[in-house]
Amino acid sequence: MSQSIAEVQNEIVDEFSMLDGDMEMSIGYLMELGEQLPPMAEELKSDDNIVKGCQSKVWLNAELKEGKIEFEADSNTAITKGLVSLLVRILSGRTPQEVVDSDLFFVDKVGLNRFIGTQRSNGLGAMMKQMKIYGLAFSAKAGA
Amino acid sequence: MSKTLTGVKLDIEGIRKEFPVLNQEVNGKPLIYFDNAATNQKPQRVVDALVDHYKKDNANIHRGIHTLAERSTAAFEDTRKVIQRFINANEAEEIIFTKGTSESINLVASSWGRKFLNEGDEVLISTMEHHSNIVPWQLICEERGATLKVMPINEAGEIVIEELDGLITDKTKMVAFNHASNSLGTINPVKVIVEKAHAVGAKVLVDGAQSTSHLEVDVQDLNVDFFAFSAHKMYGPTGLGILYGKRTLLEKMPPYQGGGEMIKDVSFTKTTYNDIPYKFEAGTPDIANVIAFKKAVEFIEEVGKENIAAHEKELLDYATAKMESIDGVKIVGKAQDKVSVISFQVEGIHHFDLGMWMDAKGIAVRTGHHCTQPLMDHYGIEGTARASFSVYNTKEEIDIFVEALKDTISKFR
Repeated sequence: MSQSIAEVQNEIVDEFSMLDGDMEMSIGYLMELGEQLPPMAEELKSDDNIVKGCQSKVWLNAELKEGKIEFEADSNTAITKGLVSLLVRILSGRTPQEVVDSDLFFVDKVGLNRFIGTQRSNGLGAMMKQMKIYGLAFSAKAGA
Repeated sequence: MSKTLTGVKLDIEGIRKEFPVLNQEVNGKPLIYFDNAATNQKPQRVVDALVDHYKKDNANIHRGIHTLAERSTAAFEDTRKVIQRFINANEAEEIIFTKGTSESINLVASSWGRKFLNEGDEVLISTMEHHSNIVPWQLICEERGATLKVMPINEAGEIVIEELDGLITDKTKMVAFNHASNSLGTINPVKVIVEKAHAVGAKVLVDGAQSTSHLEVDVQDLNVDFFAFSAHKMYGPTGLGILYGKRTLLEKMPPYQGGGEMIKDVSFTKTTYNDIPYKFEAGTPDIANVIAFKKAVEFIEEVGKENIAAHEKELLDYATAKMESIDGVKIVGKAQDKVSVISFQVEGIHHFDLGMWMDAKGIAVRTGHHCTQPLMDHYGIEGTARASFSVYNTKEEIDIFVEALKDTISKFR
């Protein structure tokens, strides 16, 4: 019943394609998406959960519930928060192996490289890596 | 040298035509380039000089006896003379080519510091220094057992001169600070500080990265011991810096790096070093960029520093007034004397979001801590957005920028 990782990504690609590559509209839409991200508990916004970029911060927490990873995330900047919400939408509620194996093709297709090209600046690239590391860690634990 | 048209209203449209990069769209909007404090754009003549050098004259310099080597050497050394004149150094040998302001400062910290800094000595910098005028001093102070001290600033972002007498003592051996702040725009009172430093026998290094394309610089009149700056912030190529130093000091300093160019004679038991400036220019220098840089200096001289300064001041005042009238905008750095740099914050909006929105509207501004983290700590902030102007910017661009800023703010309210 739930959509696959690829299906959710295609949905996102469709949503952005309606914006016609317009940068202002894309940013505006990202901010809207960010506002809809479920709030992250303040105590989870700890230093341990920071994925640090040079200019904006991302907090990421992961828990394994009934064999699936629940991701919670937030950012101190509105645009990055929108980007973060996309990753949560795609990867939260998946098994560790699904997260590890995921191919995040939506980034290229939507043209979000513009936002994450400089990993230094917003920590999103680092966040994608961190989500996969959680996937690996949880699958190792399950296998042990 | 071309004639300077002092006091003449500048033909900005004509000037803009010399900068092909300005004539483009970014994200579907005409580019407005307000990131000049990071690097400014290059006039066609600089680009042409680079291409011409590689097309017609390219050769390694100084030791070649063939025609191309001779041509390249002559052009290279000609730039040194042009810079000597530009900053009014006493002689061309006091001009050393480096990779940039950072390397110029590292050279002094490392070479002068190793020879002249001892345990218990003090180096004094200011709160508003760029990391490149902090870290080299930290490194050498640690190595030599010296102490790094800091000149305080007031809320407006000006060095508190009244506090200097307590800070500049006979322990002080070096006072290093910027001529103009890259984050705040503050123009520092060089002569006042030089006088106090010299009174106790300390040397002075001024970081001129942000001043050389905006302000009149006369190193003899300022009486600084060292003056460091970068070509790329004055319409010249990237990767090239200049260090001016007084001959008497440069001669006493040991070499910074070893290699070709910097030696007189080498044997496995003893090497003797070349005279200044070559003693400090190990290896093949940045020949093409040095040669092209002459054209950037000529551009500045042709437009006229006074004219550039007047135009930029007009832009600064115009933009400051307009920005201050926007609800929620706070300008960081309100010194009496400023170069055309405006750092600002908007209540409730992260500078990263501001920068991204501006870019979407075709406007290039810089965001972040601007390599001045201690200064940001002083203000208790993470960073700012920064708009900085050059001679080719216009009031019309500022109008568009201000409207873009208002529109961006409305997205967050």
